[in-house]
Amino acid sequence: MTEAAEVRRGRLKVYLGYAAGVGKTYRALDEAQVLKQQGVDIVVGYFEPHGRLETIAKTEGLEFIPRRPLTYAGSEFQEMDTEAILHRKPAVALVDEFAHTNVPGCERTKRWQDVQALLDAGISVITTMNVQHLESLNDQVWHVTGVRVRETVPDWVVDEADEVVLVDLTPRALRNRLERGVVYGPDKAKRAMENFFIETNLTALREMAMRHAAHEVEEKLSPAPSSVASLGTAATAAGGSALETPPTGRKERIMICLTGSPSSAMLIRRGKRVADYLQADCLAIHVGRNGTGREDVERHMSFARNLRIETHIVEAQDVPGAITEFARGQRITQIFMGRSTPQPWWNQFRETIVRQVVRRAYDMQITIVADRRRKG
Amino acid sequence: MVPGVTDHRPNPEELLRRVQAGERRESRGRLKVFLGYASRVGKSYRMFDEGRRRKQRGQDVVVGAVQGVVTPDIQEILSRLDVVPTLLERHGGAEYQVIDLAALFRRHPGVCLIDGLAYFNPPGSRNPERWQDVEELLDRGISVITAVNVQHIRELQDEVERIGGKRAADSIPKEFLLEADEIEVVDAPPEALIDRSGGIAPDSRRLAELRELALLLAADVVDRQLQDYLDSHGIAARWGTQERILVCLTPRSNAEDMLKSGIRNTLRFHGALIVAYVEQPGLGAEDKRRLELHLERARGMGAEVHGLRGEDFVGAILDFAREQRITQLFLGHSSRPRAFRLARSPIERLIDAAEDFDIRLFPHPHPEGK
Repeated sequence: MTEAAEVRRGRLKVYLGYAAGVGKTYRALDEAQVLKQQGVDIVVGYFEPHGRLETIAKTEGLEFIPRRPLTYAGSEFQEMDTEAILHRKPAVALVDEFAHTNVPGCERTKRWQDVQALLDAGISVITTMNVQHLESLNDQVWHVTGVRVRETVPDWVVDEADEVVLVDLTPRALRNRLERGVVYGPDKAKRAMENFFIETNLTALREMAMRHAAHEVEEKLSPAPSSVASLGTAATAAGGSALETPPTGRKERIMICLTGSPSSAMLIRRGKRVADYLQADCLAIHVGRNGTGREDVERHMSFARNLRIETHIVEAQDVPGAITEFARGQRITQIFMGRSTPQPWWNQFRETIVRQVVRRAYDMQITIVADRRRKG
Repeated sequence: MVPGVTDHRPNPEELLRRVQAGERRESRGRLKVFLGYASRVGKSYRMFDEGRRRKQRGQDVVVGAVQGVVTPDIQEILSRLDVVPTLLERHGGAEYQVIDLAALFRRHPGVCLIDGLAYFNPPGSRNPERWQDVEELLDRGISVITAVNVQHIRELQDEVERIGGKRAADSIPKEFLLEADEIEVVDAPPEALIDRSGGIAPDSRRLAELRELALLLAADVVDRQLQDYLDSHGIAARWGTQERILVCLTPRSNAEDMLKSGIRNTLRFHGALIVAYVEQPGLGAEDKRRLELHLERARGMGAEVHGLRGEDFVGAILDFAREQRITQLFLGHSSRPRAFRLARSPIERLIDAAEDFDIRLFPHPHPEGK
């Protein structure tokens, strides 16, 4: 315990890309080689070669911590051996594929949690990930690409990184790489180019990666005095005083109203993303009548807590009343709600919860989040 | 059909512009720009390295301009490439490195590498600035790969100065970058620059702000490319990657809060802010005056203001929001509480119809019904 308290936390550096094959691992290995030349004690904790020759060549001379073989459901898997790295205790470990989910049976579910353990032990980590693995972008990525990314990393984990470096490549160059067979084998490359790697997808993801990298740079800038009053003079918002406080002068507090509906996951991500960008507090509330649908609600609550959102459950018969009252008591500046399903025409006289809250909280800011269903 | 988008019929002017742009692009060389945020970030190396790899793949690559001190790793690449040296010209006591356009036209390579895109030429030259020389190369079907530092973008000079950088005497218009076929960001943490420059620690805050500027500029260029692609394929994206905020003002809106909030959100998200009002017949003199004050304030804050026409308030807003790819709509709460709730209020109808954007409702300055 006393020893742990003295350990200085390791530094985390993330190479951020927008698709497989843009060169994240290559850049990370390139840095590892430079560090090794400078005499830094660096090991490769996990490396995914994907059969890419240029990348594999970059590992020459680096020390590898052997992977840990695991059997799950009759198949053999190889995971990062976190305990072995902790035991070896290098100054820096290179850990590829930050968003990876471990096979059941590992101490931790996610690789980013393994990385946290390394950082806690004072080991610095260089890692790689794609922008689509960020939790807050999950819905947007789904809209753009039609792919629901399952392996996600909470935004706060990346926000806490000491450095986020964009690894950029034009979609055209990436598609050329695919065609030349640098990224995948011929069959997989062909399928990839017809599906996920179509130009619109790549371009949109790339734009997200650039904007997110810019966001990370801005987050790491401490606020500096500046008088930013209009759009024209402030293309970069870094630290403008007009941006630190909302018009009311109070710190913004966002409250997300959760239900058991599946769309609540989207609502949580959207609310948290807005809160993060506005540097606002973020809490979530569920108002239940007689504890119905608790299981779904609890799942959403735990998802919210994972994203570092404070959660509350309130029992009340009058749901809109309880929401409004709770918001006033908590000095909430903005209520986030999902759209209620519109009532059928024959039932228009029954007011939806959203409408009731809108009517009763006329003195508050309310955001009704669109469900943004995919069409076509 | 690309997922997540709906059909969209472009207007005739758009079509014409597109056809012309397409024709121009057919015969023109391709322009690729490496964008960095400071010198020593590695732009030039990346550019020459791409030239080396293209030559390996059989393309006819020629170096048209090298700038400043050449590092050993770049020198190594240059030794393997054809170089058309720049011409040294003296004018008014100053020395200029000028691209040898005549020699490049004669040589007519497939790809030409031009470093130091923002240089200007001496007075009396064929083109005042080097980027215009590059335009000529492109017009003659020669592809160009070039590198530029964000501090040399003309429209960003105020911003660069605010951050604490020097205004660049030589600069290129942003439009030149927006028209590039490809742009690639060369990113590295500021600490790497500090290491490379041999221990002289430049202001890391200033570097971080320049870095952010470069990333956002590149994102804008990529956004333009995405829109062009979608437009040229007749598809309208339903959810872009950028936040676009529409503040909808009425005479009774709390315009002050809505606009300030809109600006704050726009800046925070590096998004776009658009202000609109729906033209309503039969507005009283007092309401007209109030609305005009709100709009005046919006214009003063640098927002673009649109007047919407339409029979129906809700329909006009919905159409405009879709056309503008809005992600957040700011509105005032309903101004008067209704005794009977059989018919939906305009705001309720908007909430029910808004599938693609969030609606944020703002309280009125003096809530009625109290």
